[in-house]
Amino acid sequence: MDKRLERILPRVQKPARYVGGEYNEIKKDKRDVELRVAFCFPDTYEIGMSNLGFRILYGIMNDMPGVWCERVFAPWGDMEAELRQAGIPLYALESGDPIGEFDVVAFSVGYEMAYPAILNMLDLGGIPLHAAERTELSPLVIAGGTAMYNAEPLADFIDLALIGEGEDEVPELLELYRRAKREGWSKSRFLRAAADIQGVYVPSLYDVTYHDDGTVRAITPLDGAPAKVYKRVVHDMDKSYFPARTIVPSTEVVHDRVTLELFRGCIRGCRFCQAGYVYRPVRCRSREQAFRYGVEACRDSGYQEMTLSSLSTSDYPGLVGLCDDLEQFCRESHVNLSLPSLRADNFSMDLMQRLQRGRKAGLTFAPEAGTQRLRDAINKNVTEEDLHQSLRTAFSGGWNAVKLYFMLGLPTETDEDVLAIAEMTNHVLHTWRESAANKNRGVRITVSTSWFVPKPFTAFQWEGQITREEYERRVKLLRNAITAKAVTYNWHDGDTSFLEAVLARGDRRLGKVLELAFRKGAHLDAWSEYFALSRWEEAFAACGLDPAFYANRVRPREEILPWSMISCYVSDAYLWRQRELAYQSVPTPDCRTQCSGCGANVVEGGECSRG
Amino acid sequence: MAKLRLLFRKEGRAVYISHLDLLRTFQRVFLREGLVLRHSQGFHPHPLLSFALPLSVGQSSDCEILDFEVDGALDCAALPDALNRFMPEGIVAVDCWEAVRPVRELDALRCRVELIYDGGVTPETLQAVRDLFAREEIVIRKRTKRKAMADVDIRPLIRGLDFAAEGDTICIDATVAAQNPGLNPALLATAVETCLPERGPDFVRVRRLSLLDSRGGVFR
Repeated sequence: MDKRLERILPRVQKPARYVGGEYNEIKKDKRDVELRVAFCFPDTYEIGMSNLGFRILYGIMNDMPGVWCERVFAPWGDMEAELRQAGIPLYALESGDPIGEFDVVAFSVGYEMAYPAILNMLDLGGIPLHAAERTELSPLVIAGGTAMYNAEPLADFIDLALIGEGEDEVPELLELYRRAKREGWSKSRFLRAAADIQGVYVPSLYDVTYHDDGTVRAITPLDGAPAKVYKRVVHDMDKSYFPARTIVPSTEVVHDRVTLELFRGCIRGCRFCQAGYVYRPVRCRSREQAFRYGVEACRDSGYQEMTLSSLSTSDYPGLVGLCDDLEQFCRESHVNLSLPSLRADNFSMDLMQRLQRGRKAGLTFAPEAGTQRLRDAINKNVTEEDLHQSLRTAFSGGWNAVKLYFMLGLPTETDEDVLAIAEMTNHVLHTWRESAANKNRGVRITVSTSWFVPKPFTAFQWEGQITREEYERRVKLLRNAITAKAVTYNWHDGDTSFLEAVLARGDRRLGKVLELAFRKGAHLDAWSEYFALSRWEEAFAACGLDPAFYANRVRPREEILPWSMISCYVSDAYLWRQRELAYQSVPTPDCRTQCSGCGANVVEGGECSRG
Repeated sequence: MAKLRLLFRKEGRAVYISHLDLLRTFQRVFLREGLVLRHSQGFHPHPLLSFALPLSVGQSSDCEILDFEVDGALDCAALPDALNRFMPEGIVAVDCWEAVRPVRELDALRCRVELIYDGGVTPETLQAVRDLFAREEIVIRKRTKRKAMADVDIRPLIRGLDFAAEGDTICIDATVAAQNPGLNPALLATAVETCLPERGPDFVRVRRLSLLDSRGGVFR
């Protein structure tokens, strides 16, 4: 280990996250390696090591002979200060080598608030921020992950983005890079060739012009780059890689357990949900395969907790059978099985009661909106009766804590919808009084509201976010309406949600703002400890851009959206139709009941396997 | 089966694993090997694992002791190698035996404390450090369990000291009280910083070497 690092580590919080060496960490002999990837997660170790996608790609890249993929995480503020003070560049955990020495520096980007951390990590690694400043093939800075469906705010900084699921796309890109390196290609030649791989988006190969009002005039592909970049998907979940043998952190991380992924995609089609649209179509892992992976992962890791993961676990076709199988294994091996992302229906509650042993942790439901009308508008097909029925079962079974999640500022929301959240809460309390197994222990009801952020590739991608004044007024309205002592009301910090709305639907001009905010000290803005909206406001003002243009403006149908060179196969026409149905409060049936023709079926050759 | 005792080293990158994280790590290592530990009988059963002397983060050790219990028979001699297949880097099981002596008979700790001076060690500094530890009383300020600061005389907890200077390092071979109360060897460096402020080292490295009983024999 670097002697300078040895001096620093005793002074920082949780030093174990900066040294690597965990069980199942992959180390390779550098003499056998011809391509080195610094796989960066623009957040802390505890967050990054909890990310399944990160683990999948770490495994896939390291399974490639001659390729060594190592992990890099964003340091916490104390560590960053020490690194900068000592002049130690950001390094990868496996080898301790500075990230600037790697061939490829790849970022996994799940959410917009991580953008400043990307710039900060490049800077800490001594890598020039701008793609244009990096004229050599190495280091190549690339990014993938859900947030990259609109990579425009990062267009100045990254060489290319990988759209969609990386299982096949990443190895194809690395093979091309390996060839380019062997044959001594120029960076531009490599980028042009990479653009021919499906899912690869090279921002520098697209010219964007703007109208005077700031909206996009035209997006022109250059040098024969494809006019549309289509996302990549894994076709057969049973043949796709699962990290059954994966790194077990030696220090506690956020999701410190086996995460067993059941399926990708979601049949529900909630109109606000980006994941629900971009991960279409639904692709399931077979029950047998899921069981085998779950058992193998528990045995290999020594974890005694396993969670079933998907966008909506209740919709997994083999769920009861899988739980039957797992229940026996878990009982014998003292493994706790948890099922998040359950719908509030009887079927799910029965299952949950059966699996829950020992401690009864809190239950969480996300009705998202207070009235049936608004739930229909957003296509969240949960009825209040479903919820109360579920809660009756839960309360009589001994649960006494429930969390309810809602969004404020959804399209078409009125004060009546806001106040209905308080009424619903009162009904929940009433349900508890009627059905609680033991009233002496009391009940804790937590209501949390977030400020709705419209995202690209959703039915609400044209919507404006409600203004901050309006958001705060609705919070106050709800706060005054929630009177019961057993109810705690939390609302989401407005500053973050506003900036998220700006960055989510930003264009390339935001690159300047991002860089300036970073220079002013935005380094780890996903954390409230470090986030300050004032830095961003100053940066916007200095760049002559108005954040409200991005966050609050309603876009007309004919406007060219900044991300329109990207496609997740769901057509704009479909999304617009969904938006119109939202305004009529007409729900759309789930994909299993009836295909509503979103367009994602072309991925599976015209017919979605509906699970 | 009776209580078993595992001797292991903790070094390299593993020195940053905290006590609590080490406990979790060992629980998993045993499970990876397929060993089911005996659990407590309470409402929230937990595996019966205990470390003889918790080790501070950043310190390395040749002589960590972990006591545990399993149901059924177990080949003690084969266990270290079996566990080492499943360890994080830097934790190495060395030996395993049936725990006969109670941990309370563990009396002292032999360790090496390295005081590193980037500018090199002068004979005057070495002499000053020797003289310091020859005093009858060595008082340092120490944070108590109640988070207050208190003055503590560490001299009575020091059983033996040997000094050597090598290059930029003063190497103290120290034997200190292990428990009730014990002395964290890092406090020897704190004593230098406190009592000889102009001769404080630039960095301190601590390694535990062996555990001793009250007669000076190796505690097992």
